[in-house]
Amino acid sequence: MEAGKHASAVIEVEGLVKKYGERTVLKGVSFALEPGEIVALVGPSGGGKSTALRCMTGLESFQGGKVRVGDAKLEPGQSHHNRVELKRLRLESGMVFQQWHLFPHMSALENVYEAPVQVKGEPLETAKAHAKVLLEKVGLSHRQNAMPRMMSGGEQQRCAIARALAMSPKILFMDEPTSALDPQRVGDLVELLQHLRETEKLTLVMVTHEMRFAERLANRVLVLYEGDVIENGNPKDILAAPTDPRTRSFLGLEG
Amino acid sequence: MVPARMNRHIGNVACLSLLAALVLSCGGGPRETGLERVRRTGILRWGGDLQGGEPYVFDDPEEPGRLIGFEVELADAIARELGVEAEFVQNDWSSLVPSLERGSFEVAMNGLEVTPSRADTVLFTRPYYIFSAQLVVRRDGGDDIHSLDDLTGRRVGTLSNSLSWELLNATGVEVVTYEGVEEPYSDLESGRLEAVLLDDIIAARYGLNRPTLRLAADVAEGYYSVACRPGDEDLRDAIDDAIETLATSGELRRILSRWEIDDEREAHLTTWEDEDTHAMLLVHSRASFSSHHVVLFLQGAFITVLISALAMLLAIGFGLLLALSRLYGPQPFSWLATTYVELFRGTPVLLQLYVLYYGLMPTLRRLLGFEMGIDYDAFIAAILGLALNYAAYEAEIYRAGIQAIPPGQMEAATVLGMSKMLALRRVIVPQAFRIALPGVTNDFIALLKDSSLVSVITVVELTKRMTITAVEVRSWLIPGIACALLYMAMSYPLSLLARRLEASLARQGES
Repeated sequence: MEAGKHASAVIEVEGLVKKYGERTVLKGVSFALEPGEIVALVGPSGGGKSTALRCMTGLESFQGGKVRVGDAKLEPGQSHHNRVELKRLRLESGMVFQQWHLFPHMSALENVYEAPVQVKGEPLETAKAHAKVLLEKVGLSHRQNAMPRMMSGGEQQRCAIARALAMSPKILFMDEPTSALDPQRVGDLVELLQHLRETEKLTLVMVTHEMRFAERLANRVLVLYEGDVIENGNPKDILAAPTDPRTRSFLGLEG
Repeated sequence: MVPARMNRHIGNVACLSLLAALVLSCGGGPRETGLERVRRTGILRWGGDLQGGEPYVFDDPEEPGRLIGFEVELADAIARELGVEAEFVQNDWSSLVPSLERGSFEVAMNGLEVTPSRADTVLFTRPYYIFSAQLVVRRDGGDDIHSLDDLTGRRVGTLSNSLSWELLNATGVEVVTYEGVEEPYSDLESGRLEAVLLDDIIAARYGLNRPTLRLAADVAEGYYSVACRPGDEDLRDAIDDAIETLATSGELRRILSRWEIDDEREAHLTTWEDEDTHAMLLVHSRASFSSHHVVLFLQGAFITVLISALAMLLAIGFGLLLALSRLYGPQPFSWLATTYVELFRGTPVLLQLYVLYYGLMPTLRRLLGFEMGIDYDAFIAAILGLALNYAAYEAEIYRAGIQAIPPGQMEAATVLGMSKMLALRRVIVPQAFRIALPGVTNDFIALLKDSSLVSVITVVELTKRMTITAVEVRSWLIPGIACALLYMAMSYPLSLLARRLEASLARQGES
């Protein structure tokens, strides 16, 4: 495979440009993430962090630049991405949405083993056993047969994490994981994600607007502001000495 | 069960009391008889249907607005004998007798055959035409058919509630009933029927003029008579005398021969005696609503359920295909699906059934030379026609259901590596179907009722069975109520189901 500037990186984004009509949301964003990192994309709303995530997961096409996620290479284009590359991308990565989007007509367990059975063609029994292990890992073994509408927000989120992990991804994307959680549950989530990173050898990429959460969990923070990356580094360093004045105002707003 | 005669009796009492009230309000005086009324007004109002066409009574093609036909000439001649003028009143053929009873005209005269069921409700005069029920078959094949007995177990077409229809019902043939005179002969030509039994006048004009058909046998004689209201006995007698005068003077047969319907049978009209009228009217069968009809009604209900259920199943599958092509299909497919939906929602089911059964299916069979299962054409056309129509409605219900699914569901399936087809099959459609289910159930109820339309293509389902029985037992009340109860028994559980589905959907939406 073609070696980029950052051959060891698991995710490489170079000059990513994304426009919605006349509005440019990402103005040539570049960064590279190493395997095993926990990365937080932070910034004010409208800064482009969620859009960057959607471009990396192949849910959005983009107008300029390059995105590499594992072995999958995404090119700019007006419509859909190359099928082969997308397939590769899906095998490399999983995603947990802000609203989780569990399948409401399936139980927690069915939500988890649906994709391994239907997409990978795993035997039902194998997939079921694996799904039970995953649900136990996220602390939901007692809720296997619950339907999503009967589950709390935190439970749905953990189920969605198990669902994503069932496909054995190298990278897990998460969109605003704290937005629907009670403050006391955030600590549980931090613990769970750190544990998963180690046991599953995951790279975690998450979007959050909460700098404090990013500081507790991430070993690297990217601040996106009006479509540009204005900070890229260790969260403690950024908090202590932000290089860009706009970061200061963003952090100041945070409190 | 109240016998039909009892109903009529009640009806008569009601009429009489109404009449009494009218007479009283007019300030008294004896009740006018039918003949007195005609004499006083100087007009003999007679009812008929122009749609029956040549040679009965119809619009003169050379002078629109002027009526011609052998019955027009006969009505004029009878009126002349009575010393009054004849005046035609247009009335739908199938409701001539009820309209006569209501008093829309003094007499009905429009190819009304003397049948047992009619002879019981109206006063018939001596006949003015003696017809023959003629059995028509195809020239190729049908060599072994010489009488009704040769047709046991085979399909024979006729018009409902005609004398031919009553004759056929008494035999072991499979009776296929039509609403129009053209269709039975075209179905005979295309092989859907083995024979058609109808009056010679109809046979000559719509059947025997086709080169592929021939006359197999004259099965029975029947009579066209003038029908008068019960109670107007003096008018009936006067018209009887008038027809006798016209017959003996030779005027009657001159009229018939002018319209080329005179034949050796009509000689009997001249020598007709009162005993002959007695004999003609004595062929009474006093049918009333009985257990035998209940069985027939249940059979009709079974056909209704069978057709509706099969049609709905097809409509659900095809509708889903339409909805998916419309929402997710590439350009020509989504456009085609939209066009299909608009076309089938925008035209009447009745028209679609006609085109399918009398147009498309015979043409396809001819082109493909495919003969198999031709006996089931009507049944197949009924199911297909309803299914094709309802698919358009189902497609719209599913489309609404699919669009109600949050886009996040498709995205969640996508990032798990599902293809669009897989995501639709496993994630989107199952959810959309739940949302659509109450609507689908309601549509099924509508379909149960719409299935009554298939009687136009000769399928005898519940409603058709009701109308046939109503004429047979001379009452609409009991068969009507029985029919309504059966429809209710079929649709009420469904509407309960729909309500429960809606409620459970609402509960799910709340949590």
